[in-house]
Amino acid sequence: MTTPAQTHSGVIHDIGYRPYTGPRLGRGYATRSLYVQSLRAAFGLGRSGKSKVLPFLLLGGLTAPALAMLAIAVFANLKQMPLDYAQYLSNFSVLTQIFLAAQAPVLMSRDLRHHVVPLYFSRPAGRGDYVAAKFAAMFSALMIMLSLPLLVLFVGSLLAKFPFGDNLVHLLYGLVAAVLYALLYSALGLLIAAATPRRGFGVAAIMGTLMITGAIAAIVRGLTGGYDPVPRESAYWAELISPSGTVEGLVNQLFGIGGDGPDKLHAPGSLGALVFAAVIALVTAGSYALMLRRYRNV
Amino acid sequence: MNTTVARLTARGLFGRRRILILLAVPVLLLVIAVIARNSTLDKLELAHSILGNLALGTLVPITGLIVGTGVIATEIEDGSIVYLLAKPLPRWQIVTTKLAVAVGAAWLLSALPTYLAGLILYGSADGIAAGYAVGTLVAGAAYSALFLLLGVVTRHAVIAGLAYALIWESLIGNYVEGARTLSVQQWGLSLTQAVAADGTVTAPVGLSTAVWLLIVAAVGATALASVKLAGLTLNGEE
Repeated sequence: MTTPAQTHSGVIHDIGYRPYTGPRLGRGYATRSLYVQSLRAAFGLGRSGKSKVLPFLLLGGLTAPALAMLAIAVFANLKQMPLDYAQYLSNFSVLTQIFLAAQAPVLMSRDLRHHVVPLYFSRPAGRGDYVAAKFAAMFSALMIMLSLPLLVLFVGSLLAKFPFGDNLVHLLYGLVAAVLYALLYSALGLLIAAATPRRGFGVAAIMGTLMITGAIAAIVRGLTGGYDPVPRESAYWAELISPSGTVEGLVNQLFGIGGDGPDKLHAPGSLGALVFAAVIALVTAGSYALMLRRYRNV
Repeated sequence: MNTTVARLTARGLFGRRRILILLAVPVLLLVIAVIARNSTLDKLELAHSILGNLALGTLVPITGLIVGTGVIATEIEDGSIVYLLAKPLPRWQIVTTKLAVAVGAAWLLSALPTYLAGLILYGSADGIAAGYAVGTLVAGAAYSALFLLLGVVTRHAVIAGLAYALIWESLIGNYVEGARTLSVQQWGLSLTQAVAADGTVTAPVGLSTAVWLLIVAAVGATALASVKLAGLTLNGEE
């Protein structure tokens, strides 16, 4: 019987293999790349023409009424915009919600379905970085969606020579509302999208959650006397059920906007504002934490 | 109808604890109905806002969307439909079987809870509960058929369905009278009007128009879905 040493008389040749000696770009770079790629994916950039249609249609649909409003304001010689900046966002919130429902699964579910999440995690970026990059991308995408119409309104109002200071302050109110919407929506949307590898279910689940909570909030508010001729103040607590109602109520109460009548949607009193703000912070942080937990094993 | 296809479809729709998530919706409706029962507000108004706006206006389209696209679009998306299409089954039979499962699920998840919520809230008086139950039955079936068709023709079925339900029916339907004639929700409402006692429910679409449009939409969508499935080409992910 021959021993292995006798049969394997091989030689190791130096074929000139060299290790990589270039710069290692590391975790930050990987996270940044993931962020940029996700943000582009949210608008269908770098993808087929078909996947660009919907995001840009929604962006256009959210901005077009701003232009129309400007045109009306200029031709009718109005002294100010017919709609406040923050109110504009809440009036057309359904378009933002469709954008979230359509694009959050694009960011999350596709990675899950093609089992590429472990590949990401085999690079320097960890699960915390992955979630952070995706969250930042969705947040930025929503901010682009929400702030574009506001900027259009602002530039238009300057061109129409509406009072500058007043408009600037209200633009800032609008931007605060946009930040709150974007935070809450991206946290909720991404959490739901991360739960399913199927895009269709993700879209329906996100939209269903937002729509059904909205409808239920309206009904509970009605049941507690929120639509009476003299609405009961406590009825506005019902708005905490729906994400969009929470943001709208908080912003309206904080800045005293959203109409003058007692029937405007607002957080009840300063305690209400505090609780509404706390709920937004808690839901956002909680969803983020759940998302981190969800990626503990993939 | 093919029982094996039906069984597999139902498992795909309800399996892996998905039924629990889907059941959350009817449970919410019943909880709201129980709360509203003890309210001092006008019961008829409440019935309209809960059964009409929440159930018929929101829950039925969402449920129809999930089950209508869930029975076929998910299979097309992950490509497993080829194993079904390769079997010696007429394509129209696949469509009708999947539609039957979808309609059954839509009835179970939205029409039945609507009827129960109506009974809890309003009792059997004036035929309100029965009326809204009939309305959600037909609307649920029509939505299922339409969204199943969408699932066959486009990869963005859920978004297209949402655009129809939200933008056309709710947003445009609120401002433009004519848009309501082409709205499944309003067809359901006109059947509700026909069943409920006179003067309790008002629907903008006439009964005969609604019935005809419902039949045309449901049968047409199913036929078109069969034709489209017969010539289905599978594309890669975009």
